[in-house]
Amino acid sequence: MKELQDLNLPEELKYSKDHEWAKKENGNIRMGIDDYAQDQLGEIVFVEMPEVGDTFSQGDEVGSLESVKAVSEFYAPLSGEVVKINEELEDSPELVNQSCYDNGWIVEIKPDDVSELENLMDKKAYYDMLKG
Amino acid sequence: MRYLPHTKDDIDSMLETIGKPSIDSLFDSIPDKLKTKEPLDLPQALTEWELDDHMHNVEQSIIASGLCTYFIGAGSYDHYIPHAVKYLISRSEFMTAYTPYQPEVSQGTLQGIYEFQTMITQLTGMDVATASHYDCGTALAEALLIALKKKKKKKVAVSALIHPAHKQIINTYLNPAGYEMLEIPFDENGRTDFSKVPDDDIAAIAVQSPNFFGNIEKLEQAKNACDEKKVFFIASFTEALSLGLLKSPGSYGADLVAGEGQSFGLAKSFGGPGLGLLAGTNKQMRNLPGRLVGKTKDSNGDRGYVLTLATREQHIRREKASSNICSNNGLNALTAAMYLASVGKTGIRKIAQQNHDKAVYLRKKLSEAGFTFPFETEFFNEFIAKAPEGFADTRKRLIEDRCLYAGLDIGQYFPDFKDHYLFCATEKVKKEDMDNLALEVKAL
Amino acid sequence: MNHPGTSGLIFREPELWEKSRAGRCAVSIPGSDVETAPLNQEFTRDDVDLPELYEVDMVRHYTRLSQWNFGIDSGMYPLGSCTMKYNPKTNEAQASRDALASVHPLAGEPYTQGALKLMYDLERQLSAITGYDAVTLQPAAGAHGELTGMLIIHAYHEKNNDQRSKVLIPDTAHGTNPASVTLCGYEAVNVDSGEEGILTPEAVEAVMDEDTAGIMVTNPNTLGLFERNIREIADIVHAKGGLVYGDGANMNAIMGIVKPADIGIDVMHLNLHKTFSTPHGGGGPGSGPVGVTKALEPFLPVPIVEKNGENYTLTCDRPDSIGRLHTFYGHFGIMVRAYSYILSMGAEGLKNASQYAVLNANYLKESLKETLNLPFDKPCMHECVFNDKKQQAYHISTMDIAKRLLDYGFHPPTVYFPLVVDGSFMLEPTETESRETLDQFVQAVQAISREAAETPDLLHSAPNLTKVTRLDEVSAARKPCLKG
Repeated sequence: MKELQDLNLPEELKYSKDHEWAKKENGNIRMGIDDYAQDQLGEIVFVEMPEVGDTFSQGDEVGSLESVKAVSEFYAPLSGEVVKINEELEDSPELVNQSCYDNGWIVEIKPDDVSELENLMDKKAYYDMLKG
Repeated sequence: MRYLPHTKDDIDSMLETIGKPSIDSLFDSIPDKLKTKEPLDLPQALTEWELDDHMHNVEQSIIASGLCTYFIGAGSYDHYIPHAVKYLISRSEFMTAYTPYQPEVSQGTLQGIYEFQTMITQLTGMDVATASHYDCGTALAEALLIALKKKKKKKVAVSALIHPAHKQIINTYLNPAGYEMLEIPFDENGRTDFSKVPDDDIAAIAVQSPNFFGNIEKLEQAKNACDEKKVFFIASFTEALSLGLLKSPGSYGADLVAGEGQSFGLAKSFGGPGLGLLAGTNKQMRNLPGRLVGKTKDSNGDRGYVLTLATREQHIRREKASSNICSNNGLNALTAAMYLASVGKTGIRKIAQQNHDKAVYLRKKLSEAGFTFPFETEFFNEFIAKAPEGFADTRKRLIEDRCLYAGLDIGQYFPDFKDHYLFCATEKVKKEDMDNLALEVKAL
Repeated sequence: MNHPGTSGLIFREPELWEKSRAGRCAVSIPGSDVETAPLNQEFTRDDVDLPELYEVDMVRHYTRLSQWNFGIDSGMYPLGSCTMKYNPKTNEAQASRDALASVHPLAGEPYTQGALKLMYDLERQLSAITGYDAVTLQPAAGAHGELTGMLIIHAYHEKNNDQRSKVLIPDTAHGTNPASVTLCGYEAVNVDSGEEGILTPEAVEAVMDEDTAGIMVTNPNTLGLFERNIREIADIVHAKGGLVYGDGANMNAIMGIVKPADIGIDVMHLNLHKTFSTPHGGGGPGSGPVGVTKALEPFLPVPIVEKNGENYTLTCDRPDSIGRLHTFYGHFGIMVRAYSYILSMGAEGLKNASQYAVLNANYLKESLKETLNLPFDKPCMHECVFNDKKQQAYHISTMDIAKRLLDYGFHPPTVYFPLVVDGSFMLEPTETESRETLDQFVQAVQAISREAAETPDLLHSAPNLTKVTRLDEVSAARKPCLKG
């Protein structure tokens, strides 16, 4: 497991208490899980994803990540409709471990209300939360 | 007691290590008021010699033996079991092992089950087979639950000609969670009438072939009905040996298959333990309940096998698991694998064909003896026949005098079929037995 | 060092189809004495592709495979919560008697009296052991028994027009408990066990309400501790109209000492493949009979064996029954083994079994508590839970210790369960291990603990003497290969 100071937490992202990140991407919100979550889960073997067109409210369970001996759900960082999923994860779930902010993104959501992004934490607030 | 090693010296020195004065004091954490004061009300312990006598007496009050003639099947079939299979499966390394949670010392079970899964996918024509379920009825109920969950529906439609006990199991499994099983009636040929699938909003259609009457279903019609309604196509079978001769359910496009594998080397044993088979398409892989064995490599790069995709299961996913199943019928799966490895590709075909041949002969002889037949439909090794008057007494006498079981009265399951019997012929029945049965009936 | 571990003669053996040669067959099928009757080709196949072996290859294949397995007959198998006791050979001989193995389930009551009587008597014996008024033998395994029990609870509330939505489950429970609850349409509600590792009446009181169908308890629980507040907890649950379910996986600790029916548990399953010595078969088949109090008897699954005079019959005439759970009557072959075991042990023998199971567990606990960390240092029942806290300083985990035990010739205990202890190492020696074997085990763990400090790599690379070394489970799950 990584020490807290070794975590990679980019400044430009917003973070949720459930360890998802979110950012604006072409008018949509792209999300994934952050370095802390992928490190805790260990080697991810399967990503259960929603279907394009599914709608969620902020905080709803969207899908799950599986390691060999654990399952961890991930939640919608804000309300909206799924417009895109990262299909590469189907064959290469390890991308979430290798590149959780880039190639390992999970879904893109068309937000109902983009201001919900403000409910999430910035890097500093999130880091403070992790420190407890 | 010969299973218990503790001498008085052992007990004393162990208590000393523990720092307790007596065995009773080990139970001090149990409040006295919760303890039972009387000795258990059980029979006096028997030595092994006495037990042998006792069990011999139990046997004497059962009319059954390996030499009896069984013209009954209905979910439990009298097939020949090779001695090598019985001998090998009793090896205690297989029998006395637990679930293979430590793969390094469980490769025997794991490779054996992997090979079992492979052969079951081959026979059923499916992509994935689980490491086993309890029996066909419970496997079928679980298959229907998968469909209900995935389709987010409340009802399923099941052929009226699946095994009557399976219908009861399905109701038991489905009703508490608010699900409902509807029936699809059968036609004048004793096949499921897929033009009469209920109009309700269903998640799946389930059909058994050969069905409870022994008739081979037209599974392409089932597939069409499923496609039309965009529901799961679930196929089941109680006579696994039929897969040696009949087209596989997978070849008709089944999404899920539930079956009974008792025919593959397992004793009838008063109905259990048998072998539940459960298989699906790749798409259903992560929805299947129960254990799966997968092939991988060890740290030296050598081939090895592990339990895999465990995140579907109860010990990890708890209340969100696809099922609560933990123990399965693994040793019986291994038995089935041994049986299939013994008979092989040509053997299973030959045995299956002999079953059919003998059933055709039996039907012919029964016809000569005065039986009539409600259906002229293709069957595998079972069929329905209407008995001439007085047959019930003859049947009783044949059991008592010759240990010959002539058919199963199906009036108890289908009241419209009074005096109708479900007959079965396996490779074990002899022409002479069938000729004699016909003579006995003719003599009525 | 005196331990059974050694490297033996281990053969390589390929997969079945690699040994296959067209034209071989391991059975001699007699020629048919009737004419062949080809079936309509519309229905037949030509694509069966099973391996083709002759008998010697078949026998060697499975003999070699068997030699890669560790069973109870190979050595001590202290898997916590699994009760891996010796599986008596006489049980196997009894179950494979010709009539018992050959009897057809639908042969008819008059011709199967012995089988029905055996089931009837076994039900009474299990009643005597547990105190329940009635027992069903139909469930095919422990989890199947749990489902049966929860269905009975569901049917009971339904009958009272008082259906409820939740069931309480302690955090020490087996995973099957919440999964069984869900199958009945209930929501599982977690109850934390207190600081002492057992449930407190206060914790149950706080969550128990009139929308809760009941609670599932395992007693002794999976920490090996007796839930001594069970009576008070049962009273709280009953006062709100709920029922108490008992997971009987740990019955081996209390035979002849506590009857579950006497302590407020309304319905409970037993595992014949744990407490009653039937083999686990590398995964099953097991058998999970369920006992109930008088009030719940009408809900038992059908068919039910009844005795009328000297006659045994099967009846389905139970209007409130939850229905059927098995195509026939459950795992009869397993019932025969358990029946044979109970008759061999008798009342005194079964009580001794529980006493010695608890003695052995406490002996291990005391002998190992200097070596391994013991989160709950108090008298245990039939099992005890350690963890890897002391060895973490050397970056050695429970898994490493478990794997190294294999090199010493012992099956490891249950690891990483129960979840309430980090890095659990859960030992259940059972009563059938002798003091010498327990001492060997203790010495092995002590030796491994020294290795953890001195030569940790030996543990990281363990096991080294087995057929295969640690397997790549990540690849197995990422790219599943489930058939050859």
